[in-house]
Amino acid sequence: MKMASGRRPEHQAPPEVFYNEEEARKYTSNSRMIQIQQELTERAVEMLNLPEDTPCYLLDLGCGSGLSGEFLTDQDHVWVGMDISANMLDVAQEREVEGDLLLSDMGQGMCFRPGTFDGVISISAIQWLCNADKKSHNPPKRLYKFFSTLYACMARGARAVLQLYPENSDQLELITTQAMKAGFSGGVVIDFPNSTRAKKFFLVLFAGGTMTKLPKALGTDDRAHQANFTDTRERGKGKPRKSVKKSRDWIMEKKERRRRQGKEVRPDSRYTGRKRSNKF
Amino acid sequence: MLLSFRTIMRLLTHNMLTSHVKGVTNGYPLKLQAENIKVMSVDFNPEFVARMIPKLEWQALIQAAESIGHLGDLPRELMPEYESNEEFLKMAHHVLMEVEVIEGNLECPETGRKFPIKNGIPNMLLNEDEV
Repeated sequence: MKMASGRRPEHQAPPEVFYNEEEARKYTSNSRMIQIQQELTERAVEMLNLPEDTPCYLLDLGCGSGLSGEFLTDQDHVWVGMDISANMLDVAQEREVEGDLLLSDMGQGMCFRPGTFDGVISISAIQWLCNADKKSHNPPKRLYKFFSTLYACMARGARAVLQLYPENSDQLELITTQAMKAGFSGGVVIDFPNSTRAKKFFLVLFAGGTMTKLPKALGTDDRAHQANFTDTRERGKGKPRKSVKKSRDWIMEKKERRRRQGKEVRPDSRYTGRKRSNKF
Repeated sequence: MLLSFRTIMRLLTHNMLTSHVKGVTNGYPLKLQAENIKVMSVDFNPEFVARMIPKLEWQALIQAAESIGHLGDLPRELMPEYESNEEFLKMAHHVLMEVEVIEGNLECPETGRKFPIKNGIPNMLLNEDEV
């Protein structure tokens, strides 16, 4: 949740401390927050691309007080929610959410058997993994542990759609690098990229299965605001190819260059760059 | 903290849980020690139950249900064409979705390490040396 003062919650305290009893209640009773979470969840589920009219077994990471989980229940899905904040989970219980709740730290890895989940969502949570809240924390290591165990507990071909608030592009890159290392394909979808207020980042990850296209971002007509993962280094691209020295092309380019410089250049003819015999 | 009437850990989820402590190779299934159980009523969705059954470790489910005295007439082995056997699916639904553990422990079969369940929420937080 973005604070009005502009200070990110992640800079103030670890999540289980920041979301104390009072904060947990405030979060959950804020009608604007509820609406935003609902919209984000709806969008995330849309991008999960689950089979129509089929109740699925889903994981909600950083489920908090169950705002996102309630939408999953509305869609007739059965879900498991994980959060590191006992206070937030208590609020979820009071609200009588239908999901199974677990008190857990996703940076410590998943505690599920392989292939468990048909889909995974996360709303406004995974950026918390980028902070070292304890001396022993190593964010890249925690991120890798998270992504690699997440991959394992998803069914083949299942998707994880993780909405997050990255602090900056370095943070986003750190996160996507670890996701790739863990074996995920996919990329980042940015909805409403041109609006500071409405802009939303979604990390869309595929756990194996056939290569699929990223969902189209909202609020844009072209796909310029999506970035696919790639682990191939594109060699030679981006640098203009220079002609082989002394070839006709090279000679023509050099003459053109000198003309642009205003130097005197012999006119081109069919003899320009003609192959000469060895006696020259 | 208010008491709630919907504090749950279903046997469906128990069937998926494993110990993720570093170095543990056989952390499944977690032995269920339930001190407080509640039976709820949940809408029956035969399609969902039929889809979940292949994901389950059936013997672990039988073990867990039996250990808390809620096995009922659920068959110990899956029979062929269970997907179309409505009576069977109803029984499976009951055991998977309607029997909920409120208080208790989940014990790792390899190390004996206990993950406590309080108010229906298993505490899976690991200590520094377990990561």
